[in-house]
Amino acid sequence: MRLYLAVFALLAAVHCEELFNGDQVLRIHAESENHIQILKKLERDVDSGLDFWTHAVSTEQPVDIRVPHSSLYALKDFLKKNNIPFTVIINNVQEHLVREREEMVRNAKMESKTKSFNFAAYHDLETIYNFMDTLVASHSNLITKVNIGSTYENRPMYVLKFSTGGEQRPAIWIDAGIHAREWISHATAVWLADRIATDFKENRAPVPSILSQMDIYLMIVANPDGYVFTHRSPNEFYRLWRKSRSATSNPKCHGVDLNRNWDAEFGGPGASDDPCAEDYRGPSAQSEIEVKNIADFIMSHGNFKSFMTLHSYKQLLMYPYGYSGTDAPDRTELHDVATKASKALNSWHGTVYKVGSIFHTIDQASGTSVDWAYLRGIKYSFAFALRDTGEYGFLLPADQIVSTARETWFALRYIMKYVCDHPY
Amino acid sequence: MASTGDLEPTHYPARRAAQVALHYLNTHHGSPFRVFGLQQVHKASAEDVAAGGRKYKLDFSVTDWGSGSAGPALRCSADVLFPRTERHSAPEVQLHCEALHQINSTAQEEDAFYQKYISPDSTVSARDIPDSFGNMSEEMQPFWRLARVAASFIMLRESSENTEFNMAKVASVTQQESSEEQLMLEFVVLLHDFPSQEIVQWKLLASWSPDRGVRVLQTEWQPRCPHATKPPN
Repeated sequence: MRLYLAVFALLAAVHCEELFNGDQVLRIHAESENHIQILKKLERDVDSGLDFWTHAVSTEQPVDIRVPHSSLYALKDFLKKNNIPFTVIINNVQEHLVREREEMVRNAKMESKTKSFNFAAYHDLETIYNFMDTLVASHSNLITKVNIGSTYENRPMYVLKFSTGGEQRPAIWIDAGIHAREWISHATAVWLADRIATDFKENRAPVPSILSQMDIYLMIVANPDGYVFTHRSPNEFYRLWRKSRSATSNPKCHGVDLNRNWDAEFGGPGASDDPCAEDYRGPSAQSEIEVKNIADFIMSHGNFKSFMTLHSYKQLLMYPYGYSGTDAPDRTELHDVATKASKALNSWHGTVYKVGSIFHTIDQASGTSVDWAYLRGIKYSFAFALRDTGEYGFLLPADQIVSTARETWFALRYIMKYVCDHPY
Repeated sequence: MASTGDLEPTHYPARRAAQVALHYLNTHHGSPFRVFGLQQVHKASAEDVAAGGRKYKLDFSVTDWGSGSAGPALRCSADVLFPRTERHSAPEVQLHCEALHQINSTAQEEDAFYQKYISPDSTVSARDIPDSFGNMSEEMQPFWRLARVAASFIMLRESSENTEFNMAKVASVTQQESSEEQLMLEFVVLLHDFPSQEIVQWKLLASWSPDRGVRVLQTEWQPRCPHATKPPN
């Protein structure tokens, strides 16, 4: 029926301004075979000007009629006299068409905003936050924006929730930007958000099937304060900032490494106690509000089945543990999934990722988010270190954003499908 | 505690040692038109040696960053010795790469670049290469590569089994007066150490000519000083 109205709208707009002003659409609820015969007779009368949108067939189905304004009183009178119940479902067809048309134009603008959004560029926080709103508006049947709390400097932390319904469905978590200078991670996540929405809308496998059973939560900027700081100046002190922006016990040094602050072997080797260090763990586990907000959200949700975090650089696909070299209990399966995911990634552009635990591929690291998730029972926990291997490092040229995002999507898609196919 | 014997090529001990070999390769064969990067480690092993150091044996492939992903990979083998001394001393590298002299010559580009900037009027000066968005003008690319090669001298010298250095960016390049027909360039470079995630700043003076290659004449570690620079607003 929407299509019908849409066609009407276009016709009305093209031919005349007020074709349907004052017309109403009535929904008739025939209650007897007698009612049906009366309605059938009405429909056969071509001079009545009544526009039957659905036909009188049985008492099981309502009959919708567009009634020209001039015939309204007469018809309503007629229906009342015959005790045929009806309701007005469209009060003024012209107004309705105008509103419909306006909504279409709005949607088209929203879509072209997301279509015209430059994914091949790095954007500041405000632009990314606006993008999120635009995306939600153009896919309001799928995406909602969830505010999970504020940062140290009082910025909102948003997660995009992709859901087709249900109550607390098993869910997949993806975050980016926990380290501020790793700009390719935020840029990739922006592209991913759009890609997931588009794949769902265009019914491209496996996204609709995954979303019929699971929800996806995507946090594009996990460290907003840090990200804003990296935009303040090209000077390396700003652009190459890694941590949060909280005050520490040392007035000369700010910030905590948000990926050493999780309650997972916090305090162990693989993080620093020095507030001036890049991998400063913070005074206590979850001392950083950004980490606490995410941890609390995930724990209170209680039904996450996968946790994935995007970083850069080095081209690695990693699984727990970071805090120890011991194999995680699910190591064999996780290694297998990661290996296949990295092959999927490689199939797009030939980019080679190495696979292994955080401990073995990077170094011992304590208090990491991936360890935290795994130790909380979220089995399929992975960390990506995106492009490149050191040539540009954190300053990856913007013309590599889309190809990086696309190949990453190949890997993520594989993992998400695997998680969906292996409930636990 | 590191193990002796065969190493997993995808794990960090082998990769760090290979990176040291790369720094060595670049100090010898890097130029404004050639910088080598690690493609992958094929095989690796390590053993403790008598004098108290640790020697890595590596079989790996490298690519020339200048020729992009289309470029051929060179197969190399290297011995990398990390001394275990009280004060840090530089690792020792022995390196052999197949077909090193068969790779496409960049002599023409080098000569053109040299002629352009050896002129007494030349006073190149630039900051932030690349910029925050990874952009670098074509004119700056050879200077970036020179900085990367010069930085390799420092990275090689400063490396240990607990470091993995890369050059994060060139903070500044300032051309100095040419001397003995060498291009003289003062660089401030920012190095990134992967295990500690620290950014380390070095000022250095390097010379280059097509004949003599890159030489590093002075290096000076610099403290990173945030308060000296005010943000735009």
